[in-house]
Amino acid sequence: MLEIRNLTVKIADEDKQILNGLNLTVNDGEVAAIMGPNGSGKSTLSYVIAGKEDYEVLDGEILLNGENVLEMEADARAAAGIFLAFQYPLEIPGVATMTFLKAAMNAQRKARGEDELLTPDFIKQVNAAADKLGIAKDMLRRPLNVGFSGGEKKRMEILQMALLSPSMCILDETDSGLDIDALRIVAEGVNALRAKNRSFLVITHYQRLLDHIVPDTVHVMSKGRIVKTGGKELALELEKSGYAAYGEAA
Amino acid sequence: MAIVTPLKTAAEQQLVQQYADSKAALPGGPAVRALREQAFAGFEARGLPHRRLESWRYTDLRALLREARPLAGAGVATAAVEARLAALGLEGLRLVLVDGIFAPDLSSLDAIPEGVSVQSLAEALAAPREGLDRVLSGPSVAADDAGLMLNTALMRDGVFIEIAEGRELAQPIVIVSLASGEEERAVFHRSVVLAAQGSRATIVEVSEAAGAAAQQINAAIVFETGEESEIQHVRIVTRQQAATVEVQSLLATVGAQAKFDSFALVANAGTVRQQHFIRFAGEHSEIGLRGVNLLGGAQHSDVTLVVDHEVPHGTSRELFKTIAGGQSTGVFQGKVIVRPHAQKTDGGMKSNALLLNDGATMYNKPELEIFADDVVCGHGATVAQIDGEQLFYLMARGLPRPQAEALVLQAFAGEAVAFVADENLRDWLMREVEAWLKAREAASEVSTV
Ligand SMILES: Nc1ncnc2c1ncn2[C@@H]1O[C@H](COP(=O)(O)OP(=O)(O)O)[C@@H](O)[C@H]1O
Ligand SMILES: [Mg+2]
Repeated sequence: MLEIRNLTVKIADEDKQILNGLNLTVNDGEVAAIMGPNGSGKSTLSYVIAGKEDYEVLDGEILLNGENVLEMEADARAAAGIFLAFQYPLEIPGVATMTFLKAAMNAQRKARGEDELLTPDFIKQVNAAADKLGIAKDMLRRPLNVGFSGGEKKRMEILQMALLSPSMCILDETDSGLDIDALRIVAEGVNALRAKNRSFLVITHYQRLLDHIVPDTVHVMSKGRIVKTGGKELALELEKSGYAAYGEAA
Repeated sequence: MAIVTPLKTAAEQQLVQQYADSKAALPGGPAVRALREQAFAGFEARGLPHRRLESWRYTDLRALLREARPLAGAGVATAAVEARLAALGLEGLRLVLVDGIFAPDLSSLDAIPEGVSVQSLAEALAAPREGLDRVLSGPSVAADDAGLMLNTALMRDGVFIEIAEGRELAQPIVIVSLASGEEERAVFHRSVVLAAQGSRATIVEVSEAAGAAAQQINAAIVFETGEESEIQHVRIVTRQQAATVEVQSLLATVGAQAKFDSFALVANAGTVRQQHFIRFAGEHSEIGLRGVNLLGGAQHSDVTLVVDHEVPHGTSRELFKTIAGGQSTGVFQGKVIVRPHAQKTDGGMKSNALLLNDGATMYNKPELEIFADDVVCGHGATVAQIDGEQLFYLMARGLPRPQAEALVLQAFAGEAVAFVADENLRDWLMREVEAWLKAREAASEVSTV
């Protein structure tokens, strides 16, 4: 369970506050959506949960299963079960995707006190997960995300999510840059991972993704806080009326 | 003999004395002797290179060599030397220099392939040979360098390799140069590679210290490569004492329609000045000069190169990657000269550095001197830190910071290593890179405890 209380955050080296006392709870097994206009602080929230250092937390706490994660470095948060599918996945030249996947999986196993994966098991797992997401073998041999299309990068994020089996998955605008077929594949990949002990925070600007990944809860974010919470019908409502009612330009 | 300028420092005076005492015993016939005299006179007129010289601006050899160490002795194969050789585990043709002296007993001379001849430099200098002084002098752009002059005057031994016309060597020739010393000594050695028309070979140079004492090393390697030859040179300078000061001159004269590639890895080597003097002697040739410098502590690596496009239709590429931590210093000075009639020259020079902390420094000075109008030449130099966004991405996937950094750094170095054609050599180089990164990771774990 993820509990965020009164989260107040500014940019570390600027006098710019972005999150203004944000409260949010995501229960085990829940799929929660956050919708909000551009610039409302959605990506900032996802980065702060994942442990990016460019921000300064002025107040509040983030508890994962009762434990405050704000004290942890990003790698420890990952080992504790947090996974962020990036809005803009990074290109890492010179690092083969397979090398990276193996390093990540083994680092998390090590942090949990488990043995390293045997190479044949690793390859089997990757191939199975890649097949489901329509990721070609050739892509796995290339440097991580280098020269990948927008859609390929997003699929690669979901592949990593599947392989690392986190308990708290945050998807930041996973739908952006995807055509309808790719969107369907990615959504199926996400839906296949839905489980009692795994929660999702699906961040999106448009309602479209939520047709495919149907949320339990929808939160509306505006100016750095959650301003309304409802069921999946709230997404449809927003689609019609826009964000104007929440003090934002539509 | 009249001395032109009085030499001032203790080291300079000691060098004068050493040359006077040893010149009668140094190898070479009359022509070589004359060359040594001329070179030493040039050195006396200039003194040790210092920072007021543009080409030595960032590596002040005069300040670095407070004292000139005594010349090394006969080159004893100590247990440490043998252990180091065993650890290197080299197959194929291995030519070993101990303290700059060729050691046939430690070399695998039975592995000399057909069409290849190997002599010690001392033997080669003693035998009359037409054009020997041309070979030893190298490209004209090297003529004014006092570091090289000292090498010419005092070179004692090395290997002299000739590869016959059309010979294609399946395995690299490895020249291993080990310092045996428990005492601080000065070593002057030079090797020569003459690659005839159409030959193909890979020459690897390894420079390491087996003994405990820091050395003053002045080494040179000369390549003359024939038409349509393809020569790959790989140099690994590592496992040397922090106080070691090493000058490595690479002289290459490259024939027409030939390929010449040189790659140099410097890691944990003390202070190393590499200077490459490269000349296109024939048209339609390709030259690649690349390297990786891995620096920590107070280490210093200077790569200064001059590529002389003397003829049209030459292609040159330079790519140097420097990772500098601690209080270390990296230097890249690259000069590409395109002579007035060297049309259709295609040149590209890059130096990229990553600084790991505030104490580390990188000096980049790429230069183009273009006198022809129909050429494509460019250069780029960057100094940056590890990309924080990349680091966060990797850490968000569970990689601890040191491991995430190591992955990014390995990839950064790997981009240059990737140009080495021989897969075994690429693996060797990447093993050295990984070993350096592991040591750094271990050191950072210790320091955070
Ligand atoms: N590192 C940063 N430096 C400066 N401004 C930032 C930074 N990160 C976010 N912002 C600003 O904070 C606000 C919220 O951005 P963001 O969290 O990306 O919003 P969203 O994801 O909802 O579009 C925007 O005004 C954005 O320009
Ligand atoms: Mg965003």
